[in-house]
Amino acid sequence: MAKRVFFRKQNESDAPQNIEQNTASSEEDLLGQIGEKDGITDKLRRMCRQNKLAAFSAVVILIILLMAVFAPVIAPYGEAEQDLLNRLQAPSAAHWLGTDELGRDVFSRLLYGARVSLSIGIIPSIISLLIGIFLGLTAGYFGGWYDYVIMRLADVMLSVPSLLMAMVVMYTLGSSITSLFIALIIVDWASVARVVRSQTLSLKESEYVEAARSIGVGHFTIMIRHILPNCIPSLIVLFTLNVPSAILSESSLSFLGIGVQPPAASWGLIVNQAKQFLFTQPWLCLAPCIAIMIVVLAFNFLGDGLRDVLDPYMKDQ
Amino acid sequence: MKSFLKRLLGTIPVLFGVVLLIFIMLRIIPGDPVTMLLGEHVNQDTIDRLTEVMGLNDPLPTQFFNYIVNALHGDLGVSYKYNREVTDMILEALPYTIKLAVLAALFAWVIGLVTGIISAVRQNHLADRLFMGFSLAGVSIPIFMTSLFLQYFLAFKVKLFPLTENGSLYSMILPAIALGWNSAGRIARMTRSNLLEELQADYIDTARAKGLRQNAVIVSHALKNSMLPIVTMMALQLSSMLSGAVITESVFAIPGIGRLATTAISNRDMPVLQGTVLFTTVIVIAGNLLADLLYSVLDPRIRKEA
Repeated sequence: MAKRVFFRKQNESDAPQNIEQNTASSEEDLLGQIGEKDGITDKLRRMCRQNKLAAFSAVVILIILLMAVFAPVIAPYGEAEQDLLNRLQAPSAAHWLGTDELGRDVFSRLLYGARVSLSIGIIPSIISLLIGIFLGLTAGYFGGWYDYVIMRLADVMLSVPSLLMAMVVMYTLGSSITSLFIALIIVDWASVARVVRSQTLSLKESEYVEAARSIGVGHFTIMIRHILPNCIPSLIVLFTLNVPSAILSESSLSFLGIGVQPPAASWGLIVNQAKQFLFTQPWLCLAPCIAIMIVVLAFNFLGDGLRDVLDPYMKDQ
Repeated sequence: MKSFLKRLLGTIPVLFGVVLLIFIMLRIIPGDPVTMLLGEHVNQDTIDRLTEVMGLNDPLPTQFFNYIVNALHGDLGVSYKYNREVTDMILEALPYTIKLAVLAALFAWVIGLVTGIISAVRQNHLADRLFMGFSLAGVSIPIFMTSLFLQYFLAFKVKLFPLTENGSLYSMILPAIALGWNSAGRIARMTRSNLLEELQADYIDTARAKGLRQNAVIVSHALKNSMLPIVTMMALQLSSMLSGAVITESVFAIPGIGRLATTAISNRDMPVLQGTVLFTTVIVIAGNLLADLLYSVLDPRIRKEA
């Protein structure tokens, strides 16, 4: 009996979905599913229609980005504005998320912290993406000893646990936002370079690249015009998944006290300062942790959704 | 076996590169370690003597060569702060981290596999949704958050566990759950997707058609074939676990390797930081090698090629 139920369940879960997809989707959707007819924008539109969670995540990210940009307008109090008479207050109408040990408004600090945390999530990811693209493209295209050196360097970077590598950089450069940027770039470029290199390796053997070469197109034009565009879908996915991991690294380093330094605010640093009041004022820890969780979840959902439409062959890491 | 030897030889340049990179990165700091160590009001003779003893008069390549030779003999230098052998400090901290990592790995593997299998078998049911929600949380929540909240609820509110590490294995359970949660989530997601993929295969239908029970189909056919990438991933989790251990050890005050690294930074204790980072990296590289070996042992196709 159990066998049969199991059988039917599988068929049920497959069949109606397929029918629904076939009837509901328009012709362009079908073309998109079959071949490469549609461009990136069409695929994104398809993702928004089919994967509501990913679309919702994109909206959440946008809202949080806007809140970070307009933090001085939205925040009811200043970033480091102290009110020593109202220290360690519970959430109230005046202080939505309570106040910390110096009487600073936690909600305002979260908003200002979003600027630091998000920029540390996004900017180093962009720079390491560019570095990784350049090194991966050239290494895969030219091969030889250059490829060997770049890839061994990437192996070295990837074999040191990322947090420890970042800690070494922070030790050398001192704790500041700039050194956090550099630490994250040093940690992140290698995985991008590996992905780009492996795609370049398979693409450079393809016929259209050979055709381009035979009519005398230069190496760099081939790389930029003919190989790179084919890597872009997986790079978009990689970028969307690199941002949350950079945010997590930043918050971990700041949590350990070797990241962003006060009086600046970042989500990790707010947790670091609040953890001593964990047993008496737990909400101080809760707010920044939830902020980190929402952003990381949103980026992960968006990344998964993008992977489904842009790069279906890329497997879970 | 031959390919494994090749792989083993291939790690040597990487290992050398790691040592060189860390060595250079920790030495481009402005400032003289000797004056930093002794403070300002010390006479020149003392400074000169200490510089000599620490071997800082030698040119950098000689220092690097000496460091490698000593490291190969198990000597990672002397701590600036405590004036003790770094190797001894690491060996003292090691049992704590091993206990933590083994417990965390056990938690991750058992919970990850069980929930992954259940989710795959009961796809889209309540249990599946619930487990996948938990695993997604595990992947997206920073480790310090899981640590702090487990500490607050299970140790402070309910008092099931001690607040911090107190030498007993029992006090390690909470940190191990915090550390293993992330890996458990990854393993569960991977088990689920692999198993679902495998259950579509024709041989599964054959197994059912010949009248095997569902449990037998899943355990001895589908699971067996989908285990391969999962086993490798388990070994590869080592790297992220050792990163995460830095955080859990700091929250639960466990005197392990990660704690050694964190305090080395606040003490500006370069040899200790260098030693711990190198030691951890060697473990990670060894773990990756082991994963490769396991892969070729478990997969007959690869075994034949080699």
